[in-house]
Amino acid sequence: MEATNIIKYFNDPEPFEVLKELSFSVGKGEFVAITGKSGCGKSTLLYILSTMDTDFKGELNIRGQRLNGFSQNKLAQFRNEHLGFVFQFHYLLPEFTALKNVMLPALKLGKYSRREIEERAMEKLRMVDMDGFAHKLSSRLSGGQQQRVAIARALVNDPDIIMGDEPTGNLDKANSQKVFEIFRRLAKENQQTIITVTHDTDFAAGTDHIIEMQDGKIIRA
Amino acid sequence: MNWKLALEIAVTHLVTKKKQSMVAMLGVLFGISMFLVMISFMTGVNQFLEDMAMDNTPHIRIYNPVVVSASTIVRKAAGDSAHDSWFLVYHQRPKDDLPKIKNAQFIASELEKLPQVAGVAPQVTSQVFFNNGPVQIQGSISGIDVKKQQQLFSLDKKMDEGSLDDLLRGSDVIIMGRGLASKVSVKAGDRVSVTTPEGYTLVLKVAGIFSYGISSLDDTKSYATLATVQKILQRDPAYITDLNIKLKDMKSAKAFGAQLKKQLPDVYMEDWEEANASILAGEKIRDIMTAVVSFTLLLVAGFGIYNIMNMNIINKMKDIAILKATGFEGADITAIFLFQSVIIGILGGLLGLLVGFFFSYLLSITPFPEGTFFRISTFPVNFEPLHYTLGVIFGFLTTLFAGYFPSKKASKVDPVKIIRN
Repeated sequence: MEATNIIKYFNDPEPFEVLKELSFSVGKGEFVAITGKSGCGKSTLLYILSTMDTDFKGELNIRGQRLNGFSQNKLAQFRNEHLGFVFQFHYLLPEFTALKNVMLPALKLGKYSRREIEERAMEKLRMVDMDGFAHKLSSRLSGGQQQRVAIARALVNDPDIIMGDEPTGNLDKANSQKVFEIFRRLAKENQQTIITVTHDTDFAAGTDHIIEMQDGKIIRA
Repeated sequence: MNWKLALEIAVTHLVTKKKQSMVAMLGVLFGISMFLVMISFMTGVNQFLEDMAMDNTPHIRIYNPVVVSASTIVRKAAGDSAHDSWFLVYHQRPKDDLPKIKNAQFIASELEKLPQVAGVAPQVTSQVFFNNGPVQIQGSISGIDVKKQQQLFSLDKKMDEGSLDDLLRGSDVIIMGRGLASKVSVKAGDRVSVTTPEGYTLVLKVAGIFSYGISSLDDTKSYATLATVQKILQRDPAYITDLNIKLKDMKSAKAFGAQLKKQLPDVYMEDWEEANASILAGEKIRDIMTAVVSFTLLLVAGFGIYNIMNMNIINKMKDIAILKATGFEGADITAIFLFQSVIIGILGGLLGLLVGFFFSYLLSITPFPEGTFFRISTFPVNFEPLHYTLGVIFGFLTTLFAGYFPSKKASKVDPVKIIRN
């Protein structure tokens, strides 16, 4: 994944340059943490990398594809197939079971039959140690449990890149450790690229690579 | 886009928010059922009034009115070529022409051979006075062909007392309208004395009482056989004043009348639409009213759905954001919410049919306030499959429209904004 000369403005309440010509690249299977103080633009950067925010200047290449100029629908398909997300607030669909939450992106992709998708989803849940809760409504799970289900959901389509926005920000020490270990394993065993924004210095310290930001610039890479 | 998945998510949303779904559905149910009750009742009333009027109105009536020539009689004075003298006649009077249709029986039998014609009933009508002691009460007497009148105008069904066939048993027998009979204070079996315009007075036997439920008829009309009336009026058996035609298709009356007019230029014709202009106008007004009220009901139901869907989408912002983040396209999101409102619309519409049918049925067995005016025992209600089909289609379309705009809005949600805040 490669980002070149990324510039981003916020126009509200007044024009403000959040990201100032950032360039960096992340290789396959790397586990990267983006750190920095609040307001330094690290989350903004992550959402640009995630393809959800398309309102920026510069160039974004993922898997050798230049994503600038993709339509919203094509970006959605791209995200579905190649990117996985884990957010600070787990954001599961509360009406669905844990298993169903994991299955949804795969059902959307439609690459496998329903039976296969269910098996794959169970496998991912097992990986995050949540297979015992597969048939529970996601709103009945604890925060740490929900976050692990969210990780399983991010993994279900075997994406090349998994992005996390403070994935441990809302979790206690033990749960944070579990999440970290899962990420570690994914990068190492599956050669999946992990990019997370984090405040957690312990978490960042364990990654392969730290990108530290300040005032819209990368000060240490 | 993935229809099946969108439908699956939509159904899950509806099922988990049972209360909200029910409220939305009730809105549609209420709208559709009231629409049905309304339209069933209104068309029922239309049908009833039309039947009531049409029962005794011929589709085309052929008659021969008294006419005053419009041209003035002017003649040059004879033998006075020097002075230009002219005779001029002011205030012309009509000739003592009988209002009879020439060759009526022949015309009737020829008309009955035509395929469009259901039947032709000849009639002799005259103004008469009914004597109630020293008081003379104005009315009319019509000589009818009893069998034809029964077959074409179902007069036998209007009989309150006695039977129509009693007219055929013996001469000098009449049946009278209920209002007329009470004015003349006679009952079935009594005798009544009748004075014709020419001044003859006869005593007739009252065989029965009828009522149409229309007071202008019940207060003036009486019937006897053709022969009896011809005898009262002292006319020959070929004397016929009206030919009442019933067609197989009443809608074709105007066209058929115009065609007939070409073949019978010296008689007058009146079709049922002219004769019932006021009833038709009332029908039109009721139709407009039905349309306006139905539209309003559906609009209200539509607004209900619109509001609920809007709220629903505001509550579901987070879900929409996460679906979009994990790769659902705008069209998928639209489909999810559109499915919800369409499901509400279809279920609400179908339940509305049942409830609408139920209330229509209740209304149709509710006794109508008894009165002498209408010949009716319960509220008139029409059960028309077309209305039920329309109800479902309207319900579906309303919810489709009401759901479309919120769904479109949902598809435009910016996931970054939601997730970051």
